[in-house]
Amino acid sequence: MKTVLEAKNINKYFKKPVLFHVLKDINFKINEGEFVSIMGKSGCGKSTLLYILSTMDSDYEGDLYLNDDLLTGDSRNKLSYVRNKHIGFVFQFHYLLSEFTVLENVMLPAKKLGEKSVKEIEKNALEKLSILNIEHLAHKKASQVSGGEKQRVAIARALINNPSIIMGDEPTGNLDSHNADNVFNIFKKLSVEENLSLLIVTHDEDFANRTDRIITMEDGRIIS
Amino acid sequence: MVNWTIILNIAKTHLLTKFKQTAIAALGVTFGIGAYITLVSFMTGLNAMLDDLILNQTPHIHIYNEIEPSKKQPVDVYDAFKNSFNVVHSIKPKLSQKKIHNALPIIHFLNEKEEVKGAIPQIKTQIFYISGSIEIAGNITGIQPVEEARLFNFRDYIIEGAPEKLKNTDNGILLGSGIAKKMSLHVGDRVQISTINGDIFPLRIVGIYQSGVADIDAIQSFVNLKTVQRILGEAENYITDINVKLFDIDKALPLSKKIEQQFHLTAIDINTANAQFETGTTIRNLITYAVSVTLLIVAGFGIYNILNMLIYEKMNDIAILKAIGFSGKDVQYIFMSQAMIIGIVGGVLGLLIGLIFTNIISTIPFKTEALPTVETYPINFNGWFYIIGIVFAMISTFFAGYLPSQKAKKIDPVKIIRGQ
Repeated sequence: MKTVLEAKNINKYFKKPVLFHVLKDINFKINEGEFVSIMGKSGCGKSTLLYILSTMDSDYEGDLYLNDDLLTGDSRNKLSYVRNKHIGFVFQFHYLLSEFTVLENVMLPAKKLGEKSVKEIEKNALEKLSILNIEHLAHKKASQVSGGEKQRVAIARALINNPSIIMGDEPTGNLDSHNADNVFNIFKKLSVEENLSLLIVTHDEDFANRTDRIITMEDGRIIS
Repeated sequence: MVNWTIILNIAKTHLLTKFKQTAIAALGVTFGIGAYITLVSFMTGLNAMLDDLILNQTPHIHIYNEIEPSKKQPVDVYDAFKNSFNVVHSIKPKLSQKKIHNALPIIHFLNEKEEVKGAIPQIKTQIFYISGSIEIAGNITGIQPVEEARLFNFRDYIIEGAPEKLKNTDNGILLGSGIAKKMSLHVGDRVQISTINGDIFPLRIVGIYQSGVADIDAIQSFVNLKTVQRILGEAENYITDINVKLFDIDKALPLSKKIEQQFHLTAIDINTANAQFETGTTIRNLITYAVSVTLLIVAGFGIYNILNMLIYEKMNDIAILKAIGFSGKDVQYIFMSQAMIIGIVGGVLGLLIGLIFTNIISTIPFKTEALPTVETYPINFNGWFYIIGIVFAMISTFFAGYLPSQKAKKIDPVKIIRGQ
């Protein structure tokens, strides 16, 4: 099976206020179509790990591979491009650009990538919105939709460039159980039907138990 | 790889949703540029007018015979004292003629020169204006009136009558406005003048001359060249001054040096004679630019402030843009283009306001005795000011936008996202 994401011997230190070894020798792989969750107590380094994997944090030791390409040491511009094309991101808070419409928010990463015409991008964006059952919100302002809807818009935005992997930092942490369930089902569907890899950091045990694999972390190490 | 459509689209949306702040920032630039255009047009217009006042009627080269002591005293050429230190007390100027020797051939020679627009003769002499038993000292200048009008804007300073009228009247005189007032004389009246030798001549007033300088107007009058020669009892080749106008004022200095060498006359070029005007113009320009630059710097701080605030407000947006694949450069360009849009819009409005203001000012009446030709405030409409203005607006907004946008570029998305 094809490996999408691989971390080899990743170590990270926080230098301020005192030297602190946050991540200790992290090794793991994520295969295509795998739905993985990361669990652990607050401060165990799981979010830190996620931001390293997402290429947003490049201050670490070790090697990071995406689709068997080494990303470690690439320039920031190259990493921005990789993020844009291969990684979809969903956060705990629904970071949408509030002055833009839902549709514009979803189209934004594709416009940035600039591989397709605006017409095609719009068509794709509407498709993604309809997969998530929110196509009726397309022309509303991002600030005017509810929390659960916002998170679905964020997922649609993460999907727009057909990424290799979707990462989430407690994407359900700020949602009620109904909406959390909804989001989980969407992720599950994407994993099964679209063969998409997912890596989700979560505190929610029910959520984690329903994923393919749980990575548990403690004090900066993977313990299972 | 920079995708400008999307960057400008985001910049535009940011600006439009914060329309009030955008408008205030742009207004700062507008006022700065508008004030610059108004000030610089008005000041340079005024400068040009003041310079013209002097320069138009001043010859580029003035040639005359200076009364001065000989540079080489007789003792210097006597061999016996060659090696001694000689002191001569009480040196007197050399007795020389006032007239320029061979003046007419020199004028002819100068007029043949390519760079010379015209060289014309003048005769200057002292006379007395006689009014009953009162004698008022004055100067009279013999001129070729039509040529004077052509080369030295003489016509502008004749407030009554015309140069042609003087040319056509044998015993005509253009009387200084001050002397005319003193003696209650008007055009058509007769005035008697007396030479230093005591000969009395009646002249008919054909016009009134006013230079704007009261001291000159109180003594100076003009008559035909021939009239002066007749009054003085001199021949037709008696010429005391030659005034030269050039096509290019910068050639005045070298040419005057050449004339001095060639003809052994004194030749003063315009820059030497009027050095103080250059200084005045430079300082006025300096003040204009200092004020304008200050205004634009203040406007620049306004933009800096507003962009800084905007960036704090948009921290989340910046983080999300970076997370979904916008590079630091892209984010910087978003904020830079916002600053530049404010600069361009504000700048163009400023140019318009400047244009309107200067147009209004140029219609305000401005009458002064010193400047007979000026009727409204002088404005210098020069396209360069507008180009400098818009370039300046863009440069100042560029720097005002650069610092905040640099900060936006460096924002670490992880810190913002995790900090929530």
